[in-house]
Amino acid sequence: MTGLTVDGWIALPAGVLLIAGGLTTLTGALGLARMRSFYARMHPTTMGATLGTGCIVISSLLVSASPHDILIALFLLITSPVSAITLMRAAISRTRAS
Amino acid sequence: MNTFFQLAAAFAAWCCIGAMCISLMRLARGPTAQDRVLAFDSFYLSGMLTLLILGIRSASPVYFDIALLIAIFGFIGTTALAKFLLQGEVIEP
Repeated sequence: MTGLTVDGWIALPAGVLLIAGGLTTLTGALGLARMRSFYARMHPTTMGATLGTGCIVISSLLVSASPHDILIALFLLITSPVSAITLMRAAISRTRAS
Repeated sequence: MNTFFQLAAAFAAWCCIGAMCISLMRLARGPTAQDRVLAFDSFYLSGMLTLLILGIRSASPVYFDIALLIAIFGFIGTTALAKFLLQGEVIEP
């Protein structure tokens, strides 16, 4: 796993962004485990999805500028709210039905 | 500086793997069906981030394609499961 050598000054912001993204993802998963109701669990998961992915993708863009990263970030920015809204509507209708 | 970057990448990858494990726990334990779907959503996102970090470390473009595929199919799976929970059918007649 020593394929990449990052030169001098770019390694610092990229590393800090990687650490922030990893911590945000872990915080989102911890919130998923610790929160009490479903509607409370919805919040840290979406936070971890958008912010963690954003940090890691920006770090990857700093290190190696490839179009795939922009594609992944754009796709997640579009699809993450859509799946969240659909899941929330399903949860609300199931809570009302039961 | 390169050592710091490698250490940060390893730390972030282990954080994402821990997030995957916690999501799996919620996936096995979750009381209702929508909890399990939400845990699956978080699970595939953490796995995609792990692949992204591996791609950053090894400087190989293959990982990014796999991450993009996981993102696409994970979104399709989450939306299909949520539609099924919403009205009992995935595709409306």
